[in-house]
Amino acid sequence: MIDIFYAIFDPDNLFLKYAFIMGSLASISFGIIGTFVTIKKIGYLAGAISHCVFGGIGLALFLQVNAGLTWFDPMLGAVLAAIIAAVTVGLVSLHAKEREDTIIGTLWAVGMASGILLIDKTPGYFNLSSYLFGDILLISGKDLLYVACLDALVLGVSILFFNRFFSVCFDSEFTSLRGINTTFFYLLLLILTALTIVLMVRIVGIVLVIALLTIPSAIASFYAKRLWQMMLYSILLCTLFTWTGLYLSYSWSLSSGPTIIVLSGAVYLVLLVIHKLLKSY
Amino acid sequence: MHNDHEIILNNISFAYKQRNVLENVDLLIKKGEFASIVGPNGGGKTTLLKLILGLIKPDRGVIRILGKSPDKVRQQMGYMPQYAHLDMDFPATVMDVVLMGRLTKSNLWFSKKDKIEVLTAIDEVGMTAFVNTEFNELSGGQKQRILIARALCSNPDILLLDEPTANVDHQTEENLFSILQKLNSKMTILLVSHDLGFVSKYVKSVICVNRQVVIHPTTLINGAMIKDIYHGDLKMVRHDHRCSQEGHSHD
Repeated sequence: MIDIFYAIFDPDNLFLKYAFIMGSLASISFGIIGTFVTIKKIGYLAGAISHCVFGGIGLALFLQVNAGLTWFDPMLGAVLAAIIAAVTVGLVSLHAKEREDTIIGTLWAVGMASGILLIDKTPGYFNLSSYLFGDILLISGKDLLYVACLDALVLGVSILFFNRFFSVCFDSEFTSLRGINTTFFYLLLLILTALTIVLMVRIVGIVLVIALLTIPSAIASFYAKRLWQMMLYSILLCTLFTWTGLYLSYSWSLSSGPTIIVLSGAVYLVLLVIHKLLKSY
Repeated sequence: MHNDHEIILNNISFAYKQRNVLENVDLLIKKGEFASIVGPNGGGKTTLLKLILGLIKPDRGVIRILGKSPDKVRQQMGYMPQYAHLDMDFPATVMDVVLMGRLTKSNLWFSKKDKIEVLTAIDEVGMTAFVNTEFNELSGGQKQRILIARALCSNPDILLLDEPTANVDHQTEENLFSILQKLNSKMTILLVSHDLGFVSKYVKSVICVNRQVVIHPTTLINGAMIKDIYHGDLKMVRHDHRCSQEGHSHD
């Protein structure tokens, strides 16, 4: 256990220090937004958004190499794609109820496929699995800055509009009768979800990010009586899973993303069974 | 004549997926009215309520609530939906739920005054002891009362309720209607119900909806009239709940 502390502060292992910092910062947004995603039951929308992010990363890499747009960082591509996907997915879920499943599924697959095609047509070698499943070796100081800024934005907007989001998630129809623009706040919530997804792409990757968004808040829902409590428990659980997962992946030379997800999934399943058993007695 | 009426529907038609739900509906509701909207399933009861609330727009006709279009006076209308439509896993206390009734376009945070209004509304429905209880832990009848408190805490002129007694037992039904009767001295009340026999004991008039709308004083409701409105026979059970040692009798 002690060896991990030495490893974190070893100048040769800067990536490990970055991974722990990034995990801690992103856990704040994950706890807050993950709670909204879980209670609003929009995990599948978040899944579609996260896969569309890959299209944005592919486009950024393609334009960097083929069009010489060196400033077009893959993280910037990811943020843009996430926002566009959030608005599209949100409007579809509001206005195309009858075809919602099909359209969301199509966006999910097309977003992912277009990213792969764009990377195929980009000269050079790109490690696809690092985007799909996370790779802490790729975390840079610039990534940390992005995460800190996005984190501050997500946190600020969530605190400012907490009562609006609470109300939209609990009873959207009643909220609109109180004169609140529910469509705006629903789309804003999806945009914050999209930005939060981008925060964790480096550590757990696009495919696994949804699990980390929903599992801590799903566990928190067993014990929380109020929404803010659920958020607080989710933040703590997300931090715990990220740190423990990073420690295990470092100690046993495993991929960080899958380790974090398997760990949190296993804890969730055990606690779910205990929760059900306690409820039935 | 129209100045006396808080709710005016003039020649309203509404179709859903090319099926006419309401056709050429005229309706006038006076201030202080206590009326129940009744009718067969799919007859347009909830549609009528949603048109009044401004949640949906009519294909034809004019709606005036308190002299204005519904979306202009939404904050003067209190609305209680059926609790079954709400997520029962949502982590919220009674206080959190009722505070929603104090939301406005401009307030991002709830003030001390909002909290006082909420406590008054909770007291009005007799649920003061449950202020910090989780909403999900309440019984069906208690949830309905809390949703009435949420509708009340904005001090509305008109209270609209969608099946307030659905999924609750008879005693709870009686209690809820006693609360509504008291509230009627302060506001106009319009509620959707499927139980004509029960509501006719309490309400002043009955709005029968089956694509078209006919309003009757409760004293004039009889079998022939119902048959005419529903275009067929309707089983009407008039409950006269007397509990005796011999058991529970229905007339």
